[in-house]
Formats: sequence, structure tokens, C-alpha cells
Amino acid sequence: MLPELSHEEILRYSRHLLIPEVGLEGQRKLKNSSALVIGTGGLGSPVALYLAAAGVGRIGLVDYDVVDTSNLQRQVIHGTSTVGKLKVESARDKLLDLNPDIQIDVYNEPFTSENAIRIAQDYDVLIDGTDNFPTRYLTNDVCVFLGKPNIYGSIFRFDGQLSVFYAKEGPCYRCLFPEPPPPGLVPSCAEGGVLGVLPGTIGTLQATEALKVLLGIGDPMIGKLLLYNALDMSFDFVKLKKNPKCRVCGPDADIKELIDYEEFCGVPGHDHEEGSAGAGWDITAKELSERVKSNHLKLLDVREPHELEISKLPNAVNIPLGQLAGRLTELDSADDMVVFCKGGTRSARALELLVSAGFKKAKNLKGGINAWAKEVDQSLPIY
Amino acid sequence: MPVLRIPTPLRAYTNGQSDVSVNGSNISEALTDLTAQFPTIKPHLFNDGGELRPFVNLFVGENNIKDLQGVDTPVRDGEKIMLIPSIAGG
Repeated sequence: MLPELSHEEILRYSRHLLIPEVGLEGQRKLKNSSALVIGTGGLGSPVALYLAAAGVGRIGLVDYDVVDTSNLQRQVIHGTSTVGKLKVESARDKLLDLNPDIQIDVYNEPFTSENAIRIAQDYDVLIDGTDNFPTRYLTNDVCVFLGKPNIYGSIFRFDGQLSVFYAKEGPCYRCLFPEPPPPGLVPSCAEGGVLGVLPGTIGTLQATEALKVLLGIGDPMIGKLLLYNALDMSFDFVKLKKNPKCRVCGPDADIKELIDYEEFCGVPGHDHEEGSAGAGWDITAKELSERVKSNHLKLLDVREPHELEISKLPNAVNIPLGQLAGRLTELDSADDMVVFCKGGTRSARALELLVSAGFKKAKNLKGGINAWAKEVDQSLPIY
Repeated sequence: MPVLRIPTPLRAYTNGQSDVSVNGSNISEALTDLTAQFPTIKPHLFNDGGELRPFVNLFVGENNIKDLQGVDTPVRDGEKIMLIPSIAGG
């Protein structure tokens, strides 16, 4: 039995009720439905806002982070007044202001192999608004094991992807991407940046697909992948097929339960840039400020040239990470060297490359130039 | 010549070019020409044994070459080959 709508709800949703494909029955279906939004960031913001406005009866929000000023360029569910607040609470307050008739469940915890089934099992659809590969593989596998649709969206700089992975009726995420790329090949948004409106475009499309699936209308993006590029304003669609060798949804699947996704992907399940090269390979900003007084110390900045306009260290040589392998001859492996980037992640990769090329005396600036700006030279901005 | 569409994360290795015209009548030849033009992209597409890496997806028209004839899939003059990346931002 679908729930009834109050007079107030009928007024609120009147534009939906006028569409024959939704109508009174569709709106009651939405009231009876539930969606779990994993991540309340760039994608999760528009997804949650539109699902709440549309009257999805119960929305779950998973995030463990707090609102940061650098989020507000794209994460429109949060605001300046909620900086420092838990993201799930900031988002919940906004959603209940938009629509007090719905239920918002918050999970202030990372989405992990330990809690994912417990959190996800009572929702009709899962919406992948995460920012890292481990959580994307986890979300996919949870959806396959629980038999739920995974409304997938992903972004990078000007590129966006959209699909509905639903193993009961089509391919899953692993059918397309059996393995993650090696760590370091694909920069995260914290490293590589993203156009603020891009998650708005893709997240709104995810919300559209979620509503279609919950209502049972239209032609959802099962077995199709949208590739969007904001610079070209191009929308390309390709067909996706089930992979008969898929390790999680294929006939001979050998992955039967959730695994360690951080180990599988070789990267942490979050998109913070607090890079460390590991024990013995790091130098802190404070330590560097002492050692930089020595004339023999070489500073290697592996950021992109446009980042130098934001902040830079005097006398540092700039070789962007992508060019480093081809420009090693410009450096002397006998030098005492400290490699840095914005937050320490790219420089940790640069350090691996240098060490394997015989630069035994190189170190990574832990936390990057942002740590330097925070701990040593406050005249520099943090970005 | 077929045209290879390069995704944003790999454009660092193609001098920023989004579309690269390549010589070749099938995917294998097209990729050989791409890596000849831009050698630093090669390790991102192929493993040490010279095989396409599993996370590299190539589509001719609407179809994944894995569902066609793999790297032997023919490509016509002017046809668009799309390299589809794994991206994870959100």
C-alpha cells in the first residue's frame, strides 16, 4: 500500500502531479521510496537537493568529513555558515529546510567494507557520489551483492561520466573497469582540480536517473555510459555490455563478499591531499625550514606551472610530475634534494621515480607547500 | 585517418591535444601510431608485455573493442576512437 499525500504535499508536488508519467501514484511511489547518497560533496549536493525536493521519502547521507571553505566552489548543499560543521548535518539541515516532510538519515562515518551492507540494505537505490576509487569499487560490489541499482557519476576537471550499473539487468562498474588504474595515473580533484559546475551537471543527471528508476519510467542508463565534456559541450553515449569474465557479477564470479578496497586500489579511500612518502622518506615543513639554510639543499617543485602563480618557494626548480621522467638529466642524483607539490601526494610519486632512478638523497615535503604555508610562512596562501 | 579522442587525464602526454589523428586500419595500428607520435603515453596504455592495460577502454563508435575484435577491430578513415578513462572525482 502506497502512502497517501496530505493536502500540503499535493500542493508542494503539484507540478509533478500534472505530469502523466508521475501523477498522484508516482508521487506516492516517491514518498514510499528511499535513496542512499554516498558522499555529500560535489555530486552528492545536487543529487540530495533534487531528490529531497522531488519528495523521495527517505534519503540517507553518508560522509565523515567536515565542511571546508575549499568545498564551497561546488558543494552547493553547504554554506559559509556551516564551514567546520559535519557535512551530513550541514546537508540534513539544508534538505529539511527545503522539504520538512521527508526523512533524512545521516551516517557520519566512512563507507567501508565493515558497515556498507548494514547501511545500504534498506535503501532502494544507491547513488555513487564518492571521490575515490576504493569507495567506488565498494559501492559497486555492495550493489551487486544486494541486487540494487548503482546510480553512477564521476568527474575530473571538465569531464564527467554517468551510468546506471545494475547487475540484475546489465553490466556493473567492474564489467567496464575490472581493475583500477595504478595509483598516481589519475589525479584526484584535490590534486587536479575540477570545474565547480561540473558536479552540478553530472549530479543533476544522477538525480534524474534515480527518479526514473524509483518511478519505473523512461529508459534508464542501464548498459549505457554518458561521456560529457564541458569545454566541448559534448555528450557522447557508448554501449556497455555485461563482461562474462566479471569477477563480481559474471557467471564464474570469484569475489563473493566485500574485500579490502584500499588494498585493491593501492590508494586511500578518501580524497584528501595530505601526502606522505612513508617512513624515512618525508621531511616536515619545520625540519625543512632549518635545513633550507644549507646551500647544498635543492628544492624540486613538481606542480604544474600555473600553480606557481598561487604560491612558490624561492630557488625551487619546477619540473611538473608528468615531465619528470623525461627531464631527469636536468637534475644531479648526488644532490640533497627535497621534492614538494601542493599537499605531498604528487611529490611522493615523484620521489618514487627519483629513488628508482638512483636519487638516494631525495626527500618528500610532507603536506607540501600548503604545510609550509601553515607552519612556516603564513604570508603564503593555502589552496 | 581515424581520430583518437584523448581523455583529460592523458592529455598531459599528448601536448594537451584532445583529438589526435592517427594512421592505421585497425586499433592496434592506430595505437602504434599514437605511441610513435607521443612515446610517453605508452606506459599508460600498455603493460610491460605490450598488452593493453585492463583499465584502458577503447570504443569505436558506440562499441567497446572488447565486444568487437579487440585490438584487431578495423577502423575507417575519419572514424572516432574513444579512449575512456577511469575517473573517480565526486
